[in-house]
Amino acid sequence: MSMLTIAMPKGRIFEEAAALMQEAGYQLPPELDESRKLIIEVPEENMRFFLAKPMDVATYVEHGVADVGIAGKDVLLEEDRDVYELLDLKISPCYLAVAGLPNTSLNEVAPKIATKYPNVASTYFRGKGEQVEIIKLNGSIELAPLIGLSDRIVDIVSTGQTLRENGLVEYETIVGITSRLIVNPVSYRMKNKEISTLVSRLTETIEEKAVQ
Amino acid sequence: MSKLLMFEKPVGMRDTLPHIYETKRKLKEAAEQEMRSWGYRFIETPALEYYETVGDASAILDRQLFKLLDQEGNTLVLRPDMTAPIARVAAAKLLKERVPLRLAYSASVYRAQQREGGRAAEFEQIGVEMIGDHTLSADAEVIALLVSVMKKAGLEKFQISLGHIRFIDELFQQILGTEERSEQLRRFLYEKNYVGYRDHVKNLPLSSIDKKRLLQFLDLSGGIGTLKEAVNLIEGSAGSEALDELKTLYKRLEEYNVDQYVTFDLPLVSHMSYYTGLVFEVYAEGVGAPVGNGGRYDDLLEKFGRPAGATGFGLRVDFLLEALEQLEDEEGIHCILFSNERRVEAINEAQRRRAAGECVLLQDVAGVQDVDKFTESCKHVTFFVGKSSSEGEV
Repeated sequence: MSMLTIAMPKGRIFEEAAALMQEAGYQLPPELDESRKLIIEVPEENMRFFLAKPMDVATYVEHGVADVGIAGKDVLLEEDRDVYELLDLKISPCYLAVAGLPNTSLNEVAPKIATKYPNVASTYFRGKGEQVEIIKLNGSIELAPLIGLSDRIVDIVSTGQTLRENGLVEYETIVGITSRLIVNPVSYRMKNKEISTLVSRLTETIEEKAVQ
Repeated sequence: MSKLLMFEKPVGMRDTLPHIYETKRKLKEAAEQEMRSWGYRFIETPALEYYETVGDASAILDRQLFKLLDQEGNTLVLRPDMTAPIARVAAAKLLKERVPLRLAYSASVYRAQQREGGRAAEFEQIGVEMIGDHTLSADAEVIALLVSVMKKAGLEKFQISLGHIRFIDELFQQILGTEERSEQLRRFLYEKNYVGYRDHVKNLPLSSIDKKRLLQFLDLSGGIGTLKEAVNLIEGSAGSEALDELKTLYKRLEEYNVDQYVTFDLPLVSHMSYYTGLVFEVYAEGVGAPVGNGGRYDDLLEKFGRPAGATGFGLRVDFLLEALEQLEDEEGIHCILFSNERRVEAINEAQRRRAAGECVLLQDVAGVQDVDKFTESCKHVTFFVGKSSSEGEV
């Protein structure tokens, strides 16, 4: 059996992803998220884990330095990487939405949209037949309409609390998001056995959780 | 854009330094020799082609094409693959000769990289095209040759995944009824989005049995047993035509004794419309993307005005090098250093050794600043320095 290298997302998704792996019976080291070590080997499972920025997970997998990764559908939509999307892990549910200040409409000459997801936003508005100008931001997207940078934002919403606290309202829902198991196309073939085992164990766990 | 610095190259363009060049040369020579020994003849085509002809017929996506204009305003492309140019030559000229044609190529192709670095925009491809033979024997030969080329290139750990576009078409047509709905599903496969495929199937207005058939289809990969499972998904005899082809092909590959390199992967869709039957991809350990691919493309030649069945494969030389890992040592260059007094002696010695097939470097000592550093990488060093015949070998 050859070793599987798995890219895990830091932050919000990490805990749920790690919990799911543990429920599926994988012995993850408890120090995985506290440790300053970037790469952690788990010889008992013949696996190697590393933590990456959620936005980068698909990049590591596409280039084949990770065989498998856990990434949000938002990342997959935005990055459009050449990877297999094998499983919906049904964790970290949220959705991408268009939001803005209440009772406002888009600027008619140059509607401006601030977002961390320029590709998703651009595809969405083109699909609606609207030409908009996308402004890429890296965080605190809610600030943009408040300070007058943009008419709307496109961002991840999980509870809606951040929007409410900032006096913003949702205008449209774009698409629902959950985390996915992604696999490099070559690893999918060359390490087929290891990956099939991982997929069937995770599938079982996900189905059990769905019944509960 | 900021002013370019003198060392910069366009994104994805790479230099080949001497030690990589040597490894690459050996790899290519071994591969080319193998193709020649199977009766394939090498051809070259121009780097520039018309966008409207070769560019349009090529399997490579439009956004990956390097485009430029000629003086008359025609759009040109840097050839993104070799199959379309070869189809052009075959249709226009060669198919009037002996058919089937067995052609081979070893050439650079160009594909623009928009997003980021880390991928080559120019790379060499080596491959074959068998044109004018519609039989499975042609497909089997191409795959057997592919295995043989991989081995001759020094690779042992590789795998070829086989699929069949017509099986997918037949299955989808049987269950979904319309081409439009089939194409939707095919696109999920092409995008490798199995989650999307499953969700889409679950929401289709189909019987639960049909849904199950579509879902089970995703698991159709593995050894020869896969084909038996596939038969169960198809209703009636019509659908099993493609499966029969795969079965026969597998038997042919056993006859070539290359079946151990082959597995089936029926959901494999390499391209939305290009291939018409068998498709395959080649994977090697240690390389994150397929090192090669191929299949049957019976519709391409028709675009150039002369319908003919065709099949072939292309391998990426840069990925093969990556799979080899080990680079060649510096060639065994014999270094002769001489001083002015013994120049003639040194020249004669160099000529004698060159005639015997050695690589000999002749260097005037006066032109070297640091002799140790200069001779470091040479396997043998001979000095013709000073008045006496103090010939020393290091």
